[in-house]
Amino acid sequence: MAESKTELFIWPIFKRNPIALLVLGICSALAVTGQMSTAFVMSICVTLVVAFSNMTISIVRFQIPGSVRIGIQITVIATLVIMVDQILKAYSFELSKQLSIYIGLIITNCIVLGRAEGYAMNNPPIASFIDGLGNGIGYGFILMSVAFVRELLGSGTLFGFEILPLTTNGGWYMRNGLLILPASAFFLIALLIWILRTLDPKQQEKN
Amino acid sequence: MAHYLDIIFRSIFLENLPLSFFLGMCTFLAISKQVKTAIGLGSAVLVIMVITVPINNLILNYVLKPGALAWAGKPDLDLTFLGLLTYIAVIAAVVQILEMVLDRFVPALYNTLGIFLPLLTVNCAIFGGSLFMVERNYTFAESVAYGIGAGGGFFLAVVCLAGIRERLEYANPPAGLRGLGLTFITTGLMAMAFMGLAGMDVSF
Repeated sequence: MAESKTELFIWPIFKRNPIALLVLGICSALAVTGQMSTAFVMSICVTLVVAFSNMTISIVRFQIPGSVRIGIQITVIATLVIMVDQILKAYSFELSKQLSIYIGLIITNCIVLGRAEGYAMNNPPIASFIDGLGNGIGYGFILMSVAFVRELLGSGTLFGFEILPLTTNGGWYMRNGLLILPASAFFLIALLIWILRTLDPKQQEKN
Repeated sequence: MAHYLDIIFRSIFLENLPLSFFLGMCTFLAISKQVKTAIGLGSAVLVIMVITVPINNLILNYVLKPGALAWAGKPDLDLTFLGLLTYIAVIAAVVQILEMVLDRFVPALYNTLGIFLPLLTVNCAIFGGSLFMVERNYTFAESVAYGIGAGGGFFLAVVCLAGIRERLEYANPPAGLRGLGLTFITTGLMAMAFMGLAGMDVSF
């Protein structure tokens, strides 16, 4: 193995971020970023699912026949997602209603399948688990940054607590309605990618 | 009839899957470099959505829902927790069958859609379509209309984006923004344009 465990964990967060560099998992990334709390729960769910699916698939990787591997990977992932979904429904029903279909969509989140196929199939369980954790946190990092800007400037709150008093409540901050609309998430991700790629020119695309 | 037209219209313009729910983004961004491939991908999504959403609706109503298995003598069974697994399996199966059928009977169409079909198993737009159908309690007829609308919306969005990106080839953006970054900004602008239709009322 060429990389140490620490590198395996740190790299996906900044250097090989699954969203910014590999364009994976944007499907669900943007929709839950209107509020910090939903983005936070979503990040935790994805991190757990990708870490454990990586580990499970890595453990059984020698038993999986090549021709049906996608089916088996999807089944493992879907089982984990159903578990997460049921746990959320049991302990935090409000949040699970807010996240609505996006928890189910973790199944088709390309990060999970991408890591299972690209990493866990050829690497030992512990390394795969760490790789999954790193990728999940890298995904969460982007999710939380976007949610931070959207919630702070869009509704003047963070995790539901008022930070910037709104004019409607007698404060001074006029909320920015654009940031509540879905379109703003696209612009924020574009800016994040721009920043990450300017800091690390190796990630820039060639003409 | 007007009710169904309304569902179709809403799902194409107002609740466009890629532009307002961010579903199917991975494929949406990856396969929108050229109009020709975008048309292929878009029609594949349309076809699969028109088939899978109604099928999943039938499965939900006759197998999974609480009391749905009354016809098999088990009225107390509630299998909704198996939903996610079932829908994805149905989608994977339909994609596989469609691929074989097209290959055998319509080779010309298979050559256009062929390479995109396997990709679509893990397309969030298709899976999301089925999940929205479940969440909104559509009837069978409504789910057919929703399948057409949602697939059509994806088709429209991906072809439009591809048209814009073909033109953008000639632009000279800052190095860090080239490719992905610029595509995101374009998509954001398109999402805003689609949102402009929000005030429209379609009561026929």
